[in-house]
Amino acid sequence: MTNPTTDYSLAELCIVAASKAFENDGEVLATGIGVIPRLAASLSMKTSNTDLMMTDSESFMLSEPNPLGAREDRFVQANESWMGFSRIFDNVWSGCRHAMLGPTQIDRFGQSNTSALGGSYQQPKVMMLGARGFPGNSISHPNSFFVPGHNTRVFVDGECDFVSSIGYNPERMPKGHSLDDVKIGLIITDLCVLDFGGPDHQVRLVSLHPGVSAEQVQENTGFTIHIPGSVPVTAAPTAEQLAIIAAMDPHNQRAFQIKDNPAGDRS
Amino acid sequence: MDKQMTAAEMVAQLEDGMTIGIGGWGPRRKPMALIREIVRSDLKDLTIVSYGGADVGMLCAAGKVRKLIFAFVSLDFIPLEPYFRQARQSGALEVMEIDEGMMLLGLRAAAWGVPFIPTEVGLGTDIITQNPDIKVIDSPYDNKEWVAMPALKLDAALIHVDHADKRGVCQIAGPDHYMDDWYARAAAKTFVSCDELVDTGYFKDPAIARQVHWERSATTGVVHIPGGAHPSSCPPQYGFDVAHFKTYTGSAKTDEGFKGYCDQYLGESEAEYQQNVGGLEAIQSLALPTY
Repeated sequence: MTNPTTDYSLAELCIVAASKAFENDGEVLATGIGVIPRLAASLSMKTSNTDLMMTDSESFMLSEPNPLGAREDRFVQANESWMGFSRIFDNVWSGCRHAMLGPTQIDRFGQSNTSALGGSYQQPKVMMLGARGFPGNSISHPNSFFVPGHNTRVFVDGECDFVSSIGYNPERMPKGHSLDDVKIGLIITDLCVLDFGGPDHQVRLVSLHPGVSAEQVQENTGFTIHIPGSVPVTAAPTAEQLAIIAAMDPHNQRAFQIKDNPAGDRS
Repeated sequence: MDKQMTAAEMVAQLEDGMTIGIGGWGPRRKPMALIREIVRSDLKDLTIVSYGGADVGMLCAAGKVRKLIFAFVSLDFIPLEPYFRQARQSGALEVMEIDEGMMLLGLRAAAWGVPFIPTEVGLGTDIITQNPDIKVIDSPYDNKEWVAMPALKLDAALIHVDHADKRGVCQIAGPDHYMDDWYARAAAKTFVSCDELVDTGYFKDPAIARQVHWERSATTGVVHIPGGAHPSSCPPQYGFDVAHFKTYTGSAKTDEGFKGYCDQYLGESEAEYQQNVGGLEAIQSLALPTY
């Protein structure tokens, strides 16, 4: 860690914190859905885990991540193979992938919901996307979550209204599978970093963003989290990391991902 | 063999209650001209299988869908498809909600003539609890349970490609053919619309021949409809029509709803539709998306 800075946004802090999810993955496909997860994967591929693989979010595997948004006409992306959607599933089912996604609900088991809210299954109050690839991702390879607005509507009391992805729920464990087969990495939010390292895979507070208290995190979470005796502050980005993020996001899309684009240090 | 027919002749081969698969993905390379022809028809009670976008939204809004087999319905840059949501939230739509990969396996099982393909995908989730028709079975080879993803047999598949010849040789030169080859193979009949109709000699180039993903025996009919994927994309020819998609999704918030959208754009024919949306040249000049 060289040159920690003081002038950085919360989005940039989250990108750096989220990039740690991929650090020890080795040679796997990192899929970051959304601006902050994609920048986190890109940052990791350029710094902490240069063996990481990424696609162009369309159909080619790249040896260098693409910057986000419109690029100059003369830009040539660094293709290394074709990687259409049908082939993505071959990769998913091999387990050599780590996705970072933003579901609408997450429960204490790490189960998540992208499909429907409220009402009944036949007639949901709010229909969203559908289960997408969450069921397959969750049982095949590690997944992490990014939550731009940490509150009790996302981190729900009880189970998700619809369970799109498998988590550490003994009641739902399929025959021949154990809780240890489930691999959920980090949850990065606008308040903190969480993982499932508490007793019996309980959600655990890993670090607090500068200016956020453990009480504030607990108040905004619909279930009890494990709070260790001493919780570190999320590491500030270095100047080098900020420079890479700026180069990967030349149109500053990261400024629009967290409400009001707050400063990283809110103390 | 000449497999050319009109879009109306294709739709005339479809029947009430059929299971119909639709190629493409979200807002990308959807056979929208054929979807519009179904909207103009009196077909009903369809079961639709799709990586859904406005194809699913329009068919739901037009009252054509009895059952939807889906993993998502989304326009990507507009995440939520409004007419699909209305249909779900009305409680009237029968659904089989599955994972994206399960859909691929179901199509493969149908193509291969096997009743199911085992997978662990879906275990531990509401995909299993909400789909009593999807069975979980013991394996003869290990002590685990597995999801038996049933074959998704299609009575017909509808696909849009960039180039085809009249015998049904289809090229997808765009960056991804998605699962369109499996849709073609899973279906009893496959109807293809193409942006460009070419002579068979076009496929002599090995680089082009490699972009043909199923044999012509799996193509039943071909119709030449330049711009036929609009408002979805058909790279490398054209991107999706962001402005039109916004108008389409915006129409769901008005009192007239989908009827208002149809009154303004659908027309009696594809030629009328294209006129109503600014003409073929405008469609063909839509910029390709950057991801």
